[in-house]
Amino acid sequence: MDYRTVLTTCTYCGCGCNFFLEVLDGKAIGTIPCKTSPVNEGKLCIKGWNVHEFIHNEKRLKRPLLRKNGRLEEVSWDEALDYTAARLKEIKEKSGPDSIGFLTSAKVTNEENYILQKFARAGVNTNNVDHCARL
Amino acid sequence: MIDSIKDKVKELLDTGEIKGFLGLVRKNGHIGPHLFQKGDELVDLSLGDNKIAGDSRYPLNKYLMNIAKAYPEETFGVLIRGCDDRGLQALYTWNQLNPKKVVAVGITCPQELADACECLKPFPEDITAGECAKAGEQKSVAAVDALVLSERFSYWMDEFVKCIKCYGCSNVCPMCFCNECSLKCDDLVKSGELPPEIPVFHHTRAMHMVGRCVDCGLCEEACPSGIPLRTLYKKVGSIMEDKFDFKTGMIRGQRSPLNKIDSAEGKK
Repeated sequence: MDYRTVLTTCTYCGCGCNFFLEVLDGKAIGTIPCKTSPVNEGKLCIKGWNVHEFIHNEKRLKRPLLRKNGRLEEVSWDEALDYTAARLKEIKEKSGPDSIGFLTSAKVTNEENYILQKFARAGVNTNNVDHCARL
Repeated sequence: MIDSIKDKVKELLDTGEIKGFLGLVRKNGHIGPHLFQKGDELVDLSLGDNKIAGDSRYPLNKYLMNIAKAYPEETFGVLIRGCDDRGLQALYTWNQLNPKKVVAVGITCPQELADACECLKPFPEDITAGECAKAGEQKSVAAVDALVLSERFSYWMDEFVKCIKCYGCSNVCPMCFCNECSLKCDDLVKSGELPPEIPVFHHTRAMHMVGRCVDCGLCEEACPSGIPLRTLYKKVGSIMEDKFDFKTGMIRGQRSPLNKIDSAEGKK
């Protein structure tokens, strides 16, 4: 028997609410808002309260999808990254760096957002970086 | 107080009387629920007091129901205060937990918490550690009842309109165990409609708290909009006491008047 409460941060928006995921035998069965968190003080919105539900959702994407002959197909990370890198290079050479834009997310960490803007500015040479929270 | 709790739990775990103890732990700078399965983990046991007494209480009975459903043959210990004890007693009468499979380890609440909660019984029936505080003075319901009807109605409507329909009150409630929830029934509460229709949403929940609410106050603590839900359910509880002489979970084995329909007692 394995029952754990795992402290983590909500992935839904940039607020950073803390909660415990209630995990029974490896399966997340509930969300418990953290009362000692200075951010949310034991409260959550409806999305946060149900965050454990998407973890085991069948519709969750676990592998990259690449459109081949008009249909999305599961491919390996190597293939997806090679394809993306080649296409980005091609577009940049043909139409210039400002023909490319990057949209990042509130659902990832600060560090991941930092990496993406660095990649956009230093790697691709464009300032076209934006974020879903500004939309 | 905490040392006698640790000793008691250690004894229960060491003798194998319980498979695990559902309590609170201080970990990573936070207080949260934890299932203690080994005695040496108890060093980080918490009683739910962070900045002030009882500010980090969690509905442990609710989590116990999840564990007990998966492991019905095992016996578990659980940390309880007065309100949790009332909850346990009520859950037994609703067949949500088996009293033979639960070992409650009871602590009392200090007077400041009893007063803040306006708690009628700030201690469990069986106390493992702590001194009994006096019942807190009942003020919140009286204050709202003192308003004239139109003002009272506006007071509640002004509170209910703040609702962001997070369902936190129901999610945190140790007495919300129904498989089918009226608040998620499209005929009563339209899905996707925000704010919810008032006062229907809150009255629906209040109706379902009749004979159920044990006045733990966790709903009000979980409400992001600060709606005084506890006052509302205290009023519901006081009506039950007036009309049926029933106080949820106060008397062991006593079933709610609404939980007697099929029984011989109910037919009388």
